[in-house]
This record gives sequence, C-alpha cells and structure tokens, in this order.
Amino acid sequence: MGSSTQPVPAPRTLAEKVWDDHLVVKGEDGSPDLLYIDLHLVHEVTSPQAFDGLRVAGRPVRRLDLTIATEDHNTPTQNIDRPIADPTSRIQIETLRTNAAEFGMRLHSLGDLEQGIVHVVGPQLGLTMPGITVVCGDSHTSTHGAFGAMAFGIGTSEVEHVLATQTLPLKAFKTMAITVDGTLRSGVTAKDIILAVIAQIGASGGQGYVLEFRGSAIRALSMEGRMTVCNMSIEAGARAGMIAPDETTYAYLKGRDHAPEGVDWDDAVAYWNTLPTDEGAVFDAEVFLDANTLDPFVTWGTNPGQGVSLSDSVPNPAEIADANDRAAAERALQYMDLVAGTPMKEIPVDAVFMGSCTNSRIEDLRAFASVIKGHTKAEGVRVMVVPGSARVRIEAEAEGLHTIIEEFGAEWRFAGCSMCLGMNPDQLAPGERCASTSNRNFEGRQGKGGRTHLVSPLVAAATAIRGTLSSPADLEG
Amino acid sequence: MEKFTTVTGVGVPLRRSAVDTDQIIPAVFLKRVTKTGFEDALFANWRQDPTFVLNDDAYAGARVLVAGPNFGTGSSREHAVWALRDYGFDAVLSPKFGDIFRGNSGKQGLVTGQISEADCELLWSAMESQPGIELTVDLIERHAVLGDLVVPFDIDDYVRWRLLEGLDDIALTLRNEQAITDFEASRASWLPKTLPVRHA
Ligand code: SF4
Repeated sequence: MGSSTQPVPAPRTLAEKVWDDHLVVKGEDGSPDLLYIDLHLVHEVTSPQAFDGLRVAGRPVRRLDLTIATEDHNTPTQNIDRPIADPTSRIQIETLRTNAAEFGMRLHSLGDLEQGIVHVVGPQLGLTMPGITVVCGDSHTSTHGAFGAMAFGIGTSEVEHVLATQTLPLKAFKTMAITVDGTLRSGVTAKDIILAVIAQIGASGGQGYVLEFRGSAIRALSMEGRMTVCNMSIEAGARAGMIAPDETTYAYLKGRDHAPEGVDWDDAVAYWNTLPTDEGAVFDAEVFLDANTLDPFVTWGTNPGQGVSLSDSVPNPAEIADANDRAAAERALQYMDLVAGTPMKEIPVDAVFMGSCTNSRIEDLRAFASVIKGHTKAEGVRVMVVPGSARVRIEAEAEGLHTIIEEFGAEWRFAGCSMCLGMNPDQLAPGERCASTSNRNFEGRQGKGGRTHLVSPLVAAATAIRGTLSSPADLEG
Repeated sequence: MEKFTTVTGVGVPLRRSAVDTDQIIPAVFLKRVTKTGFEDALFANWRQDPTFVLNDDAYAGARVLVAGPNFGTGSSREHAVWALRDYGFDAVLSPKFGDIFRGNSGKQGLVTGQISEADCELLWSAMESQPGIELTVDLIERHAVLGDLVVPFDIDDYVRWRLLEGLDDIALTLRNEQAITDFEASRASWLPKTLPVRHA
C-alpha cells in the first residue's frame, strides 16, 4: 500500500486505459485479447442472421440489460403511420421486431419517443458514458468515442458473438494523437475540423489506429460537435475515435435517463477523471492541425478525404504527385461532373440534406435554423431536414425550429438515416448534386448516380439559400 | 455447435468439378434476413433441371455430398455453407475445396474431407450403382465407409479438433465463461444498463 518501492506505472493513453480495464482474458502467443463489452446497440440491417445464429445454437442473449435496439436504416421519414411500402425494408424491420420480442430485447420502434439513429439514441438516453466499450453492427459506432468511450463497428458474426458472450476477441491497436489547437473562426465548426483532418491524413490514414482528438479547439467543442468529429473517424479508416471526458461531458450526461445518480454519479466521475491520457504517454503517430486558420471545408470527390476549403477551387488532378491519388481524383471528377479549377462556391446544387448520425442532433438543427431564419430557399433546390431521433424532432418543434424550416420551404421529416444511404425512399435521382451534412460521398451512396458534397450544417443552410455551395459569410453584403 | 464424431446417411454423387459458390447458392438469395431456411436456395438453378441428382427421390434425406475437385470456389458468401447445412448435409467429400468455403464450413459444423480423385471415382460408382445407399463419415478415424469400401480423407487438425469438440468461435469464447462471470462480478454499479427502462 503506497510503499515507496512500488514501481511507478508507465504512462498510458486514454485508449489503453479503457482497453486494460475491459480485459477478460489476455491473449497469449499472438491470440487476441478477450474484451468485455459494456453496451451493445442493435439495428435492423446487421442483426437478423445473428439472432438466427443464436436460435440455431439454442443460445440466449447473455446480457439483455446491456443491449438496446432501434429501427433506423430502413425507416421511412414520411407517413410513418402507414405500412412500409418497400417489401425488403418492411421485412427487415418486422424481423427485428420479432427477434426483439422473442429474445426479450429492448426495442424502440418507429413511432416510439426513443426511436432514431442508433448513434443518436445511445447518447441521448445517457447510456453512452466515458470509459465504457460500445459496439454496434455499424461502422459509425465511433460516434460514441466523443464521451471517452471505446466504440467501434462490428460485423454480423461478431454481433452474434457479443449477443451470446458479451465479449469480443480483439487484437490490439495503435494510437494516433490528433491535436487541434487554436480558436475556430465564426462559421467554422466541428464538421470542418474532421473534414480537414481526413483531407490531411487521407481516407485510409487512420487504418489500424484508434484516434485521440485533443487540443484546445477540441476541448472548446460541445458534445454534439465532439460526436461529429468522432463519428467521421471511420472515414479516415480508423477503428475508433476518442476524446477524453471533461466537465462538458459530465454536464451533457447528468440527469439523462440512464446516467448514474447519487453516490453512483460521484463514483463514476471519480473514475472518469482518471481516464485522460497521462502526461508522457506515447502515441504511435501524431498529427497537428491549426484551428485558427481553418475555413469551412467541403468535399469535391467521392471519398471523404477529397476535400478543400470552400474558398478554394476544384483541384487539378495533374498536380497530384501520387499516381494512385491522381487516378482516383480523375475518376472522381468525372463521376462528380466537375472541372478542375472551378471555384467551389460556383458549384450549383439540386438538393440539400440536413441529417444523419454526423449532424442531426438538436444543436445541428439549431445551427441550420439560425442561418435560414427569415430566408426562403433557392428556386428549384430540394431541401430535406431529418432529425436524428424522434426526441430531437420533438425538442426542435418545442423550440419552433420546424416552423422556421417549413417557412423556408424545406421538408421537415421524421427521424432516421434517410438520405444518408437511401435504404428508404429518400434518395437522389441519377445526376443530382447534393450538399449533405452526412459522412459518405461514395459513388451512389445517396442514390444511384447521385453526387454528394459533404458539408457542415452552416454550409448546408447557406447553400440552401443561395443554391450554390456557400458559407454563412457569403450571405452578408 | 454439436460435437461431430461420425455421421451415417444417404450419399449423393455430384459428378461435377469446379462447383463455385455462385452455383451452390445464386446471389439473388443473399437479400434474405435469415441464416436458416436456405434449403430451397441450394443449387437453385440446377434444381430446375428435373434430371439433376438432387431431384432423384432415391437421394431424399441425403447427408453426405461427394463432389468433384474445386468444390466451393469463388465468392466468400457464408450463405453457401448455410444452404448445404439447411438442406441437411453434414459432410462434403471432394478432392479439393475452395479455401474460404472450407474455412466457413468449419465455423458452421460442416465437415469437408479431402479425398483422392481415384477414391472419389470409386465412391461415385458405388453410389450410382445403388442410389440411396448410406455411407459413414468418421471424423475420429478420418475415413469414409461405404460397404466394403474404406476411403481415407484429410482435414485440417485444428478444424477437426474444433468439430470433434463441437466448438464454434462463440463456444471457444465460452470456455472462458468463468472468467467472463468473474469479470462481470467486478463491474461498477454505475455502468450503463438498458433495463429496466428508466425515465429521468
Ligand atoms: S445515418 Fe448514415 S452513417 Fe449514420 S448509421 Fe445511418 S446510415 Fe449509417
């Protein structure tokens, strides 16, 4: 006990601490570690075969009290009281309902107050906490790392594994520190930070790493902003993104449905305070970004790493040194129907999508509404606003945001993934160009032949007013 | 997964080589939400031909498939194994298997025994001369027995061990059940719980 001969523990990173505290069995001779999973989020697309596997093997769900399901990918955002028209979507959702009922799993169905995108629902209920492990059969599970949790996406066989054992065999990862220091200028947001980071390290620059975002600009972000940053860690190829918990985290959590209370709260905070990376801990890689000089950022290509400042122009592939990157840029410009040298701000759009697990929380909607207030949308531009959860929708309506949105000429929809991936009817038509607050600008992601420019809610709003890619600053004068 | 020691049942001679997983289960069946119920999808295109071997009533209830070389090549779809299992097959014997297919099989309790081409021909002839005859696949002895015919087969040691022990990945993890239970006992009370449902 506290003897001076006790060796001083080596300094560790946030990610290493969370890993160590979830070790059930340490793997030997190159075999993976067995890690305990604190929270398992389930949705309709990646779970059916996992439930079936349990059924075939006669296995129960080990910890129903650590598992929660919601419907999001296939849910319609209009006429939610009517049967779902598309049979594949309907069957996937009905299958989740049957499975949840059979296994006794908590499910928030379409029409329920807590229904919504799985990565919006977890934090909103106070289930996502610092220092826990979170998994979901969905790559954007990295969102939950904003709380200092270790959160990553898994495949269907792993979903079954977690349902059956509440653990996962996992191989260790590398750590990357991404330090963003400085103060963001007005009109520049969390989305611009992460788009700039991905453009800097590349869409596969984070492969094999858990990213830790740090620095004064990250500390200054709200929880919503931090979630936006961690959400897109996966777009840099990373396994997870994390941000150390602090007072902002605690203030967000306190009082939520499933947040600890009383003595539990005090114990939790005491533990959470031990989580931040120790002084002197070593990361396998380090990246720096200056927040002071950052502009609103926007993508021009078909992967999230192909981005530039909104005040820049479409890059010229001929000037790209790496042959693979050059070829990819040429293909992307062709798909996007863009000409090198065109100022980004001169690119007209057909649609604006405000939503997805990246940017559909109440703060995102407030930001969007603050810009469009008193304006009407540009002629011929379709503007769709999709809250991340039913609760966000209600909150927004209580604040009157829906009135601003509807008076602007935008469509105010019900919660779900919607046009982020177009599994439901919300899709782009071939050739349509969209400014989207979502996270993937892959070919056809928002609908076959659709063209996506990833933007922040502020840029989405200004673009919806002007009809060309714009920032709020362009509205003045 | 059930422990596999021996299986005795009707054998089917599939006189074809290079049966890829697209043939075992066509892509159109991959949209399903289940991992079971793929029996009708197995060889779906071939089964439209009334002379296809599985359409012969003599082979009803088959449990062992004897196929030509390069069985299960191509796409990695685990559905190919699900379809064979759902149809009722417990073992496939072939002179050569696609690697991914063989890996997937081990996870789903399907024995893939590698036999010589000569033995394959012997088994085919025996089965065709007496359609519906049963054969035994013995994983302990690593051989198949059909009447007087005894045919040795190869299978990866680790896969064989897992099949004999009836261990899938989950079962392997559950060998650490006590460690998991001990870990659970040490978890803090403030950690998140989805149940019971709470409203602040
Ligand atoms: S909003 Fe988009 S990225 Fe997020 S979970 Fe849904 S489909 Fe995936």
